[in-house]
Amino acid sequence: MRVKDSEMATTTLPGIELPKLCNDEISRYSRHLILPEVGMEGQQKLKAAKVLCVGTGGLGAPLALYLAAAGVGTIGLVDFDTVDASNLQRQIIHSTATVGKLKVDSAEIMLKGLNPYLNVVKHNTMLTSANALDIFKDYDIIADGTDNFQTRYLVNDACVLTGKPNVYGSIFRFEGQASVFATKDAPCYRCLYPEPPPPGLVPSCAEGGVLGILPGLVGIIQATEVIKLILGIGESLAGRLLLVDALTMKFRTLKLRKNPDCPICGTHPTVTALIDYDQFCGIQKPTSVGPLEVAQNKAVADAPLVDGIPQISVQELKRRIDAHEDVFVLDVREPHEAQIVNIGAPLIPLGELPKRLDELAAQKDQDIVIHCKSGGRSQKAAQLLKNAGFPHVENLAGGILAWADKIDPTLPKY
Amino acid sequence: MKINIPTPLRAYTGGQQTVSIPGATVGEALEALTGAYPELRQHLYSGEGKLRSFVNLYLNDDDIRYLPQKEATPVEESDELSIIPSIAGGCCRRLQILLGMRKFVTISDRSKIICN
Repeated sequence: MRVKDSEMATTTLPGIELPKLCNDEISRYSRHLILPEVGMEGQQKLKAAKVLCVGTGGLGAPLALYLAAAGVGTIGLVDFDTVDASNLQRQIIHSTATVGKLKVDSAEIMLKGLNPYLNVVKHNTMLTSANALDIFKDYDIIADGTDNFQTRYLVNDACVLTGKPNVYGSIFRFEGQASVFATKDAPCYRCLYPEPPPPGLVPSCAEGGVLGILPGLVGIIQATEVIKLILGIGESLAGRLLLVDALTMKFRTLKLRKNPDCPICGTHPTVTALIDYDQFCGIQKPTSVGPLEVAQNKAVADAPLVDGIPQISVQELKRRIDAHEDVFVLDVREPHEAQIVNIGAPLIPLGELPKRLDELAAQKDQDIVIHCKSGGRSQKAAQLLKNAGFPHVENLAGGILAWADKIDPTLPKY
Repeated sequence: MKINIPTPLRAYTGGQQTVSIPGATVGEALEALTGAYPELRQHLYSGEGKLRSFVNLYLNDDDIRYLPQKEATPVEESDELSIIPSIAGGCCRRLQILLGMRKFVTISDRSKIICN
């Protein structure tokens, strides 16, 4: 189902005067102005437009940059995070000089540097059910560049409730998806995926990794769709799901349909207000003493129990090793991670552990400390071993990252 | 017929991105698929044997939910079935939260679909 072009232009209301362009702007946008599909009026529509970028990370970075370049008048940025060096592999809106800064501040520097005529509105906050409707009301189009299911459902629902289009993009490793949800008559995200996957269903290798260029590719597709909506040109992705496979460079589109029974955009909606999305996605809220935390200034208390598994700090493990205590350390990460950094422990990837328990037969009565990158997979491995009858199994809280942080700073973090 | 396997599930098909599976209907092809690659079953189907709602199946370009015969739709050898799971990555970062006590907490984001 394809939505007509005439339904696309969302920012120009009859009788509202479009903002003028000064001579400098006319020079700047000349390549747009000489395109019949844009022209002066199109460029003025871009200047009048207010677009909210939810997330200034992998997707938000190229998206916001190209919207700024195109002359979108107001760009809102929602992000509570700070710039980390590991972001720079793909989040090209940030730089080495802004590592440590708030992402919204860092992004503003690059955006204003590119286009000083831009009005940047910074929302240094997490998007929540409490603030989403209030934040969204000042914008015409919402671009979803977030990285978790809770926020995607929140953005979708808030877009449907406020009547704003949701320009969606998502990525995983080498694949991406893009669409435009919640325009008039078009399906919304819930029409496509009524429910999120429960957490922990798929065995997690915790950090899936992503080819840096992939969010660039998908973010630009999102920027393209935003601009088409503003200008009212072309055929938008509303009613279609674009699938991108960067490894094979194959693109295909699938037909999407509005679900008449959709709880939020269907004929008899049951969701008429924003809900608790953590609960919807089965996520437990982080507590102040979470199970897998790494405290910056002090060791996590040794041997608190999480789901029956004692947690051990890196300091305590170091003490035991230095005292030549009889402890067996097991690494349950993937082989390619061990090539990046390791502490010399034998490796059995978590996914293979159930089939390879016999390799640990000699260690059955030893103290076994399991580590992974940050403590999540090793916790699962410890539970697996405990259920298989290993009596003395502990989880290294914080994983090899904590070891690199507190014990051996010469080790790289990844 | 050809079945396109999405990245998160390729670990369960020996890394293959497409597999050739026999079947006269969509349902039969899926049965044959999970028969040939049993680890796929729990990712595609709930305990009650229903297709998981965060996984969509497309016969060529059509969502089978909207085909009149759904999984009983007959298929030709030249048809393609695609499994499209929901993905949420946007920048694959770990969530960092500054707490009132000035401790930095790093929590793995368990809500992404990520596969070994």
